[in-house]
Amino acid sequence: MKQRSRNRLRRPALVAALATLVAAPFALGQTSTEEGIAKYREALQGGNPAELWEARGEDLWKAPAGPSKVSLEKCDLGLGPGVVKGAYAHLPRYFADADRVMDLESRLVWCRVKLQGMSEADAKKNPFGNGSEHKSDLEALVAYVTSESRGVKMNVPLSHPKEREMYAVGEKMFYYRGGTHDFACATCHGEDGKRIRLQDLPNLTTIEGAQKAYTTWPAYRVSQGEVRTFQWRLNDCFRQQRFPELVYGSDASIALTMYLARNANGAPYDGPAIKR
Amino acid sequence: MADPMKIRANLVGDSTEVKVLMAHEMETGQRKDAQGKTIPAWHITNVTATHNGKTVLSAQWGPAVAKNPFLSFKFKGGAKGEKVQVSWIDNRGDKRTDEATIA
Repeated sequence: MKQRSRNRLRRPALVAALATLVAAPFALGQTSTEEGIAKYREALQGGNPAELWEARGEDLWKAPAGPSKVSLEKCDLGLGPGVVKGAYAHLPRYFADADRVMDLESRLVWCRVKLQGMSEADAKKNPFGNGSEHKSDLEALVAYVTSESRGVKMNVPLSHPKEREMYAVGEKMFYYRGGTHDFACATCHGEDGKRIRLQDLPNLTTIEGAQKAYTTWPAYRVSQGEVRTFQWRLNDCFRQQRFPELVYGSDASIALTMYLARNANGAPYDGPAIKR
Repeated sequence: MADPMKIRANLVGDSTEVKVLMAHEMETGQRKDAQGKTIPAWHITNVTATHNGKTVLSAQWGPAVAKNPFLSFKFKGGAKGEKVQVSWIDNRGDKRTDEATIA
């Protein structure tokens, strides 16, 4: 490998000059697009429609629901029953009552089943909303809970053996190549400066990349007019990789979340954010 | 019924800055669904903001305004603790009024 790259360096200067010619306008275009998106984000600061989801989620959290007619206010998100403040910064984590590592979404489903008496199917129903006729209660709940961790430093534990196991599985999945396109997460997210069309992709193998990406999900997606959760993000990445559908709240989805969340440790959580 | 608005009103110098988030589909009437049928227009048509019963903003909106609109405006006057009221009405006759206290 080393020999080959040295040979490349000895190629005639003309090739290098041509490359610069091609690269220059491309680089210019990229910066102005980035600037444009940055300006757009700035204009929308303080006006993030995710707040509408946060408000609805808070109402849902406090309203009695399900066959048991109780609210989720006794739901233990890891910091004790009913503690929402800062809880998301410590997730996913191991829960002794369920004997399982859970992310926020799977924990919310668990609470809806155990506290509110819903069936598993009802508790998981409509995880990704579509317009005002098909609003997702889960997306709203997630928006509310995550907003209560804004500014809190990510601190995902790896103390329980099951947490370490989840992390290891997540790491393996991240680099696992498969599907019709022989893709891994790392194919797009393992190098700096990669893009899909005009969207810059974070390099999730670096601490900064993982921190910046993980702490800004969930997010209001302007192009969809919906708040999207981390489960949605992974689900759609799997679709783009032409992988089998990632089951909502499955161990596989939690393992990947665990891997990325843990890598984001130390950065202040900054969601729900706003994305294109 | 429509979801509540999120309104913030802050005194900045001698004027009040109001920021409003509204939950609305704002369907243009130009889009088609999966079956090829036109999705009927459904959007906010009128927005009014009042302070102490006096109208400080009155707007006519159309289908060009984005889904879940964000509106920011300023008006002269206002004092901390006073109320600002914002109302909208859409082309189906659905309406919503919410208020915020100036901080």
